[in-house]
Amino acid sequence: MGIVSTTSMTSIILDALGQTLYMVFWSTFFSVILGFIPAVILTLTAPDGLHPVKAVYEVLSFIVNVFRSFPFIILLVILIPFTRIVVGKSIGTTASIVPLTISAIPFIARIFESSLRETDRGVIEAARSFGASNLQILLRVYVKESIPRMLNGVVLLIISLIGYSAMAGTVGGGGIGDIAIRFGYQQYKTDYLVTCSIILIVFVQVIQMIGNRMYKHLS
Amino acid sequence: MIKISNVRKSFQNLEVLKGISLEIEDSEIYGIIGQSGAGKSTLLRCINGLETYDSGTIEINGTTVSAKDKKALKNLQKQMGMIFQGFNLLERLDVYDNIALPMKFWGRKTKSPESQKKILDLIRLVGLEDKVHAKPRELSGGQKQRVAIARALVLDPMFLLCDEATSALDPEITKEILSLLQKINRELGITVIIVTHQMEVVKQICQRVAFLSDGGVLAEGKPEDLFVKPERTEIKTFLREESELLPTEGVNIQLFFSGEGSEEPVVTQMARSLDSDFSICWAKLEDFRENVYGSLVINVKETDKDRVCSFLDDKNVAWEVV
Repeated sequence: MGIVSTTSMTSIILDALGQTLYMVFWSTFFSVILGFIPAVILTLTAPDGLHPVKAVYEVLSFIVNVFRSFPFIILLVILIPFTRIVVGKSIGTTASIVPLTISAIPFIARIFESSLRETDRGVIEAARSFGASNLQILLRVYVKESIPRMLNGVVLLIISLIGYSAMAGTVGGGGIGDIAIRFGYQQYKTDYLVTCSIILIVFVQVIQMIGNRMYKHLS
Repeated sequence: MIKISNVRKSFQNLEVLKGISLEIEDSEIYGIIGQSGAGKSTLLRCINGLETYDSGTIEINGTTVSAKDKKALKNLQKQMGMIFQGFNLLERLDVYDNIALPMKFWGRKTKSPESQKKILDLIRLVGLEDKVHAKPRELSGGQKQRVAIARALVLDPMFLLCDEATSALDPEITKEILSLLQKINRELGITVIIVTHQMEVVKQICQRVAFLSDGGVLAEGKPEDLFVKPERTEIKTFLREESELLPTEGVNIQLFFSGEGSEEPVVTQMARSLDSDFSICWAKLEDFRENVYGSLVINVKETDKDRVCSFLDDKNVAWEVV
């Protein structure tokens, strides 16, 4: 406790902010890449997709649902051995990126899937009528047309990851949410609680604003 | 030439094409008309391989359309540009990139000088010089269809397939789009195949037409032959000419004028030479491409019937008692 009392609130919060940004950035980064793959497979194999395969679609869909229905706090604990394999340790800011990413993959996969499947059937038909291959339709029609919608999904993802990263404090992840709980709530330091809350509110607002601007620009 | 022989197609238990046979000649404007659900769009989709068919054959210049050989089908699709009722443009691409899209599917550079010239020429052909970098949402329906037409022509096809291409447009814009299709047919020699439920479309530009009803070809020929004096009740129903309010006394005779006949004053001549009175109950004049065709129902006294009929025969006017 000696360290805490000699460290100023500003530096504590700045450190925490850095940890939050670090966790959110990397878990967003990995989950977007890893979530895109099942999203594409789901889109292609869906009953109205370019290459409908009922078995693949339903199995993958089931897996996605299973992972989505896990409470994050449980996932965090279950994944400890896996996290240790991936990053070498199970505690700390870097380690918490693993459960954050794993929980975000099915979430963003569903969002990407619905973004992709919203693509106008007529446009896909037109592309087919010009002799486009499935891969060309996927990249030049589905993905191209869905980018603004997918971007909206990423904004949603970032905002919910900010929330989840607060829980990651429980495995020593640190971050703003962790400070708010440990200092603000458990030690009755209202100024910490208020500051952390304001930072999170501003953070979410800024992300949403940037997202909206980009959506407008892209579409 | 497109040769369709005895094509059948079912969706689950519903047979939508019941043995269709048609031949579409090069460089003509061919209409496929019928009620909704007659199978005309399905037929068009079978022609360019968007849909498979169960039996029969569709040949494009001697090559059979078949989903089995993907590469051959792709090459056939390159020969057939297609436009749609909903325009089907990519919302995020501007006019230029929308038109260039099929080129990308064929691995061609869209920014090369030749491609640029090609695309800009097409933009000029469809009259959108001032909209090169506009996005579809900034365009009106007619303009969107013009973009779609340019896109359909970018791979230099031999055929242009139009699937209800004017159904979402108002009458004035429809006329403009049809004139554009006519210009494309005339100047580029492209065969235009038009699927529609709009009589106006067939009348304005189709040289030959097939009337589809319940998955079969009910009649085929020149539009004026099919529709000025329709023989089949299905066509009459389609034209909504059945329930005209005609007098119940005397005899109602329908006269049909086509080409030259429509300019001669037959009716007044008849009144004078037969020295008899009759009333005009119903009349209609129609333009088929550049020619005027008309139809007229007159009511004559029972006693005058034979004289009127022989007069009309002398004048070579087609007629029938209704």
